[in-house]
Amino acid sequence: MNLDSARQAFIGEVAELLQSMEDALLTLEDNPGDPESLNEVFRAMHTIKGTGGVFGYDPVVDFTHAVETLMDDVRSGHTPLTKPLITTLFECRDHTARLVDAIAAAAEDELVLDDALTRAGAELLARLGQSEPPAGEAAATAREPPKYLPVSTDLWTLSLQFHPDAFRNGIDPLSFLRYLGSLGDLVHVETFFNAGADEKAPFDPESCHLYFGIAFQSDADKRTIAGVFEFADQDCDIRILEPDSAHAKYLELFESMPDDQVGCIGELLMYVGALTQQELERALQRQGCEHEQTQTVTDTLQPKRRLGEILVEQGSIKPGVVEQAAKTQEAARVRRQEETRFIRVDAQRLGHLIDLVGELVTSSAAIRVMANRSGMEDMAEVVDGVDYLVSEIRDNALQLRMVPIGDSLSRFRRVVRDASEALGKDIDLVITGGETELDKTVVEKMTDPLTHLIRNAIDHGIETPEVRLDAGKSPNGTVHINAYHDSGHIVIEIADDGAGLDAARIRAKAEERGLVSPDDSLSHEETLRLIFAPGLSTKAEATNLSGRGVGMDVVKRNIESLRGSVELESALGTGTKVTIVLPLTLAIIDGFLVGAGTDQFVIPLSQVVECVEIDAGQTTQQHDQHYVNLRGEVLPFIRLTELFESQAGGAARTKRESLVVVRFGHHTMGLVVDTLLGELQTVIKPLGKVFERLRGVAGATILGTGDIALILDVSELAAIANTAGAHARKRQAKV
Amino acid sequence: MGELMVSKKTTEPEHRGEEAGQYLTFSVAEERLAMSIDAVKEIIETPVVTRVPMTPDYIRGVINLRGSVVPVIDLGARLGRGSLTLTKRSCIVLVEVRVGEDAHVLGMLVDEVKNILEIPREDIKPPPEFGSEIRTDFIAAMGRVDDVFVIILSVDHVLSIQELAALRKLSEEAAASGSDAQF
Repeated sequence: MNLDSARQAFIGEVAELLQSMEDALLTLEDNPGDPESLNEVFRAMHTIKGTGGVFGYDPVVDFTHAVETLMDDVRSGHTPLTKPLITTLFECRDHTARLVDAIAAAAEDELVLDDALTRAGAELLARLGQSEPPAGEAAATAREPPKYLPVSTDLWTLSLQFHPDAFRNGIDPLSFLRYLGSLGDLVHVETFFNAGADEKAPFDPESCHLYFGIAFQSDADKRTIAGVFEFADQDCDIRILEPDSAHAKYLELFESMPDDQVGCIGELLMYVGALTQQELERALQRQGCEHEQTQTVTDTLQPKRRLGEILVEQGSIKPGVVEQAAKTQEAARVRRQEETRFIRVDAQRLGHLIDLVGELVTSSAAIRVMANRSGMEDMAEVVDGVDYLVSEIRDNALQLRMVPIGDSLSRFRRVVRDASEALGKDIDLVITGGETELDKTVVEKMTDPLTHLIRNAIDHGIETPEVRLDAGKSPNGTVHINAYHDSGHIVIEIADDGAGLDAARIRAKAEERGLVSPDDSLSHEETLRLIFAPGLSTKAEATNLSGRGVGMDVVKRNIESLRGSVELESALGTGTKVTIVLPLTLAIIDGFLVGAGTDQFVIPLSQVVECVEIDAGQTTQQHDQHYVNLRGEVLPFIRLTELFESQAGGAARTKRESLVVVRFGHHTMGLVVDTLLGELQTVIKPLGKVFERLRGVAGATILGTGDIALILDVSELAAIANTAGAHARKRQAKV
Repeated sequence: MGELMVSKKTTEPEHRGEEAGQYLTFSVAEERLAMSIDAVKEIIETPVVTRVPMTPDYIRGVINLRGSVVPVIDLGARLGRGSLTLTKRSCIVLVEVRVGEDAHVLGMLVDEVKNILEIPREDIKPPPEFGSEIRTDFIAAMGRVDDVFVIILSVDHVLSIQELAALRKLSEEAAASGSDAQF
């Protein structure tokens, strides 16, 4: 592993840790006492500090250390977790993210922070200091039983054996003892004199001949106590044995540990605080030496001396604790085997696999064409088998890229929290359907549009508590994100119970901007859709969050670039609902091939409801009406040959035609085609930059014959037919 | 021809950045044209071209080039000579056009590919300021071949992706006027 990929791993790990820290902070906001979340925050900072230290990113280490220390106080109950403190912690999380961004942006290992970042860090650290409670309050909280380790009359037993060279290395044993005193009471210090191994050697006054046995009373955990001697680590043999009362706490922690955190026995002991990093390293080293193995294998199942034994012998830990840890470890191992395991895969490799599967689909379609042509029956059977396998492979390959949308939606909890705080509004975010899966590439491209829509809902939609009370609503507003699957598409709804869109104001604004002329007649829905026009904002003043009038058009464009569509529903006073419909994947779909004139087109099968054979006369009898009576329902239709001006269109009209009923969003419409050619697996090929602005066609696909068929975008076709109809109506009105 | 002689005297040949080199000559609507061979990737016989609806007539359609979908421009329509009729000799010249970082492959439908010529530098003349039926910015230079002037096309202008992609407006107009006729 080279350093750069290690750095990438670091950056990735930090991003994950920060995400879990954010989740934990959000939980804490609702439930400040949640011990699991407190641990989560602490662990995130602690781990980032640790890995940051490995890379030598000092600014990260310094900063996270400060936060970690604070969290430790919070965890032990010394510092109450107040609302302002949580806010500060959020900022600390963001600052850490910025630091890591700076690392990511920096070349190689050169980490140079700009002044602004350094200042921001210093400021935050200063605030962390301030957020500690005043002295009186601190005393009050200190009297409560601390959560981490119980106070007891039991004593810690410390043994410090300084090396002869300690003085020469600048180590002053006394200063360590003084520092230790600041953590608790030195109940008794026994000083031993050690003349050294060679008793006959003359006494060297520059060597250290002392060692200490200390009985120590403190509420601090083992890690903190060991931290006192961090600098002396090289020059002193340190043994720290916890008081008996701590055992109960360790055992309790073992019980409560989530299985996925149970790793090696050493890490387990370190996690609960029974063992320090240095102690573990020393023991591992010894274990490695004893077996002359080159790698430091920590797996206790190896036929060598168990780590626990070494640790007890080394005097780092008491046997009872090791025993319990081993039991916990075993139990977790059994449970974990039953759970699903995950593998991280490079997204690029997956993309390549899916491309290859696409080629495979096209090739197998070509084989089918050949087989049909050759007329060999045996062959057809084999091809059927291959076809089945290919479609299975396709589905499975695409499934690999599917992720639950909830992971990316949960980040909006933070967006809502920050924005509602900034605006002085009380807003709840409700997420449902988070388990709905869709292609990761789609998820990534949806983040920006969704953020924008949610900010809009918070800023424009939901009113301030006072206004809401006046309107007879509950003071806290709700933003509801809902996701679900619907006929091969994923639907994401963002609904708020706010003020709703003011159609009259949108209209006025649009007229002011010259987007519509005053004598145009628009339906309520059409008026609302005007907010997707560039440069239209109904908010009088732009805020930090939104209101600059750039955005809704970008939102719409982003969604359309994913072959999706967006719709608006809004009623003044009761709220707004934005519905986004997206295809599940951008790579391969099931298609339905139809012929119109001389051309062939693919309609996404997921949108096809049914096919009906109709008489040409039935659709043409009334010349200017484009709808048919389908079992008593009025169904608008588009004749593809007409819309596309196919050459053979006229001739086909005498024959029988087929009506393909398609559904998109809440709409249903018919497409009149000449022939139905059946289902096929459709590998979507982009049409390229030249056709970037072509509407109504979503892409192309290569058929088994090698010919190209265009994939239709049903909702855009409807929009085109609609504008065409509007033009016609206007023309008639003028005549 | 008179104008050609005049302009020949006044300007330097490298005026349009067209250097001496190899040129592919072909005919479109009975006119002999040339283009620099540098941009040409490949010349293929015309396969089945799939029409793309609601596009202007200079977009002939798309073809399947070994598994990728490539747009084909009708050079006759693009140069204002009307859509070409396919014959046995019709060819598609595949050209690579760069837009920023990305390279795009486009096909150019021509009536017939003639040959590859070496035109010496002194035979390359600046384009006439007027007098040609072809849009002046499409002409990179004039090349003298056997005492006859051949128009050397500026591929970047003829196949400007930006300009070609402006089809949206055209297609909307086409759709609107098309349906107007129907309704």
